[in-house]
Parts: sequence; structure tokens; C-alpha cells
Amino acid sequence: MKNTAVNVKPVTTAGPNGRRNFLKMSGLALAGTGLLIAGCSDDDLDTPATDNQLPGVRNGKFDLGGGDAGILTYAYALEQLEADFYTKVVNNTSFTSIFSSEEQTVLVDLYNHEVIHREFFKAALTGALAGTGGTVLPSLEFVYDGLNFGNRLTVLQTAMKLEDTGVSAYNGAGQYLDNVTYLGLAGKIVSVEARHASAIRDILNGGASFAGDDIVNAQGLDKAEKPSEIIRQVASLNIIRTPFTAQFLQ
Amino acid sequence: MNILKFLESLANQGAVESLNTKGSRRDTLSQLGKMGATAAVAAVPFSMLFSQKAAAATAASAAVAETATDALKLALVLEYLEDEFYRTALERDFLNNEQTIIVEQISQHEEAHVALLKGALGAAAPAKPTFDFTAGGAFPDVFSNPATFFAVAQAFEDTGVRAYKGQAGNFPNAADKAALTIALQIHSVEARHASRIRRYRDLKGWIAGNDEGGHPAAADAVYAGENVTMQAGFNTASVAAGTGNRTIPAIAGSESFDEPITTAQATAIASLFIVA
Repeated sequence: MKNTAVNVKPVTTAGPNGRRNFLKMSGLALAGTGLLIAGCSDDDLDTPATDNQLPGVRNGKFDLGGGDAGILTYAYALEQLEADFYTKVVNNTSFTSIFSSEEQTVLVDLYNHEVIHREFFKAALTGALAGTGGTVLPSLEFVYDGLNFGNRLTVLQTAMKLEDTGVSAYNGAGQYLDNVTYLGLAGKIVSVEARHASAIRDILNGGASFAGDDIVNAQGLDKAEKPSEIIRQVASLNIIRTPFTAQFLQ
Repeated sequence: MNILKFLESLANQGAVESLNTKGSRRDTLSQLGKMGATAAVAAVPFSMLFSQKAAAATAASAAVAETATDALKLALVLEYLEDEFYRTALERDFLNNEQTIIVEQISQHEEAHVALLKGALGAAAPAKPTFDFTAGGAFPDVFSNPATFFAVAQAFEDTGVRAYKGQAGNFPNAADKAALTIALQIHSVEARHASRIRRYRDLKGWIAGNDEGGHPAAADAVYAGENVTMQAGFNTASVAAGTGNRTIPAIAGSESFDEPITTAQATAIASLFIVA
């Protein structure tokens, strides 16, 4: 057998979608003792190392990664956005004058919940990526050019957009999660986002808008959009200043 | 034993007998009809009955291998229940204009859910059970007193959210993923419903601890377990927002995550309202 360079190919498991799932194997596959020797054929010398699809910087930009780690990182990014938005809402100097006390209570609750969600994902990813070579998404930079946090309608309409988008994002991401525990956790969060959306819509427009025909379709279904579509929509809000890519998410 | 046969057996052996028993238990049950956001209700034998059935339900379904089809069948039974509940309320015409607008929107969705799930299950779709929304006289004015109606509606919607969530693990294969997505898309709509009904009853749209919002002990199971704060080793009840930011109260931890219930738990709750 030729003396080949050790080609570090991470151990992967292919989930039902063919996605690599590193998180199940973390600590086993990518720690020092888990190196696979790729083999002895000539082909291996020329084969470039396959991307491990872990979240982390590639070509100067953070990529959210693929597989379960990618989905969790994607969720973390969205929760960072919501948490940052509500932090600005409840700390705005006009907050107590533009919203009734009931509305303030709702918005403070949303702030509480989104910060908790954000910190949860940060902790979950920190644990899951430890020892894998993947990187936890850093705190993104958000800018709200032209978004007047002192305008009641603007705040509520933006909140509605973010909550409805969050619901669609979680609904659309579920099928890509291989690990059933992660799916369960996402499930626990999405219904709270839907409760949020219902409350904001009701505050805005009353009537049937809590689950209006503009968001729930003729089959009684909420949206479920793929990560790439959600990212496109969120990017078009021009709020996330930090550039990132999501080349491994569908 | 599949879920529907299980429900049938439960109805035949336990539910009808218990709910129609005369005597002090029945009298106590009728007191449960007085419900409202601030009603104080003592624990009653009804909840003991419930926990007996819940124990039987858990034991019986423990051996059942749950597939995506099983999950959809459970979902359909719950949707049949909600669909008929709201349809009946609208037919009885006892709600005011604002209430009617809320219920009509919800009813439209539940009807659509029934059609969708029946279509998905085809020949495997269970038949619609016979319902008793008074739960054997526990809620005699469910279709004449809006307060009672909305209290029961809240229990149904919060239960539905938890029940769908509990089925998430039953779609493991690639072929199940389309059904998983549909289930998620229904699940979030039920959560919108639940939030609106809770807020209509002057509660928060989200569940704090295992607070039942004025429901009697018979509804313990609907909210049992909602007070957890540890999520995958993370303590949601002690999150610091960071320097200069508002303090986040401990209760927000349990509010920010909804909890699943098992097939057995969901079945036991539904069976309170199923007579055949």
C-alpha cells in the first residue's frame, strides 16, 4: 500500500434526506481518535477534502452550515433578529406612550421569549458543536435604517412580519432535521411564535386577523417555506448587516 | 391495537358508564359547569376518574408502534372533535358578533383540517366518533353560555397544539416528511387559535407554568407538564438579557416553550368528550 497522506474525511451518517448529520457523531467522529484514513488508491491523493458542512467561516463569510447544525444555526440567526428587534422596541423612549399597557405587556413578553430562544440556541449550538470544528454563529449586526421604533403601526407591522416569517421558517425546516430531539425542540418553539403572531395580528387588526385568510390558506394551513426562501425574504428587509451564506441549506 | 379501536374500547368500557353514573359524583360534575376566568374549583372525583383512565390509556398504548399513519389518525379524531364543536356552537347561535367572528374563522380551519386529513388517510380514515361536548353533564351550558364555551374551546386548542407536537417523532422516514410538514402547518394554526381564545378570556396567549386559567381540576391533564423550564439542559428560567437590558422573569422560561403530550394523554383528554 502506498504511503498516502491522511485524508481527513469526517464520519458521516446520511439521514433520510441524504443530509450529513454531524451532531450525532460529535465527540466521536471528529475528535483526534476518529480520523479515517481515506484509503490507498491514487484517486484519494487528488480528491479535495469534502466540505464538512459545519457552520463556520468560508472565504471570509460565515456560512450557516448544513444538516442539523445548519438548521439550528439558521434558527439561531432568526431568533437573534427577533430578540434584537424587540429589545429596541421595549427600550425605545416612546414605548410607554405609543402602546397601551396591555400592548406593552404583550411586547415585553415577546421580548422575554425571543431573548430566551436566542440564548437557548446559543447554548445548544455551543454544546453541539464542541469538538467538531464547527463555529457558533457570532452576534449578527442589525441596522434599522428608516424603521421608526417610535411609530406604533411600524413596530406592529414589522413584528407581525417577523413572527409570521418565524412560523413559516420553523414549519419549513422541520423536514430537514434528522435528530428527533432537535425536531421536538423546534416544535416547542414554533407554536409559541404562532401564539405571538396571533396576538400581534389581533392587536393590529382585530376580527379574524389572528389567523386571517392572508396567512392561513384554504386548507387551513400556515406557511412552510424552505430555508433558502426565508433567508431571501429576511435579507430583503435589509436589517442584517453581517454578510453570511447558506450554501448547504435547501 | 390501533388508536381508534382503543378509543372505542375506552368509550365502551369506561366513559359511558362513568359519565352517566348518578349520585354524588354527578352532582359534583354539574358544579364544574360554572366556569369562568376566575372560578375557583376544588378537586373532584372527576379528576380521579380521569387519572384512572389516563393510566389505562398509557398502559394500553404503550405497546403500540406509532407510525405517521397513526399520528394522522389521532390528528383526525381531534379535528373531528374541534370541527363539530365549533360547527355546533355556530348552529346554536348564542355567541355575540365579536365571538362569532372568532369562531367562524376557527371553524373554517377545523373543517379544512378534517377534509385534508380524511383525504390523506383515504380508506384508513377513522369514522367520526359521537361526541358529547358537555362531557356527560360536566359542562351543561357549553352551547348556551359563552364563558363555558370559550373555556372548553381553550382546552381543546391548547390540547391540540400539545397533541400534534407529541407526534413529531412519528415521521422518521423520508416518505413521511411531507406529512410531517402538513402536521407542522396545522399545529401552528391551532396555536394561533389557542392564543386568540386565551386572550379573549383575558389570559396571556401563551401558557405560564401549568396555569390552567380558571379551568377546574378536570382539565389538569391539559396543562400538566407545561411548567418545565429545562430545555435540553438549558435553564430557560434564568436568562440574563445582558447589561443595561430589562430583567427577564423566570416565568418567561416556561412561557417560551410549549410542551408535547403523548398519544395516550391526548386520547384520554379527547375521550372525555367521546361517547361512541
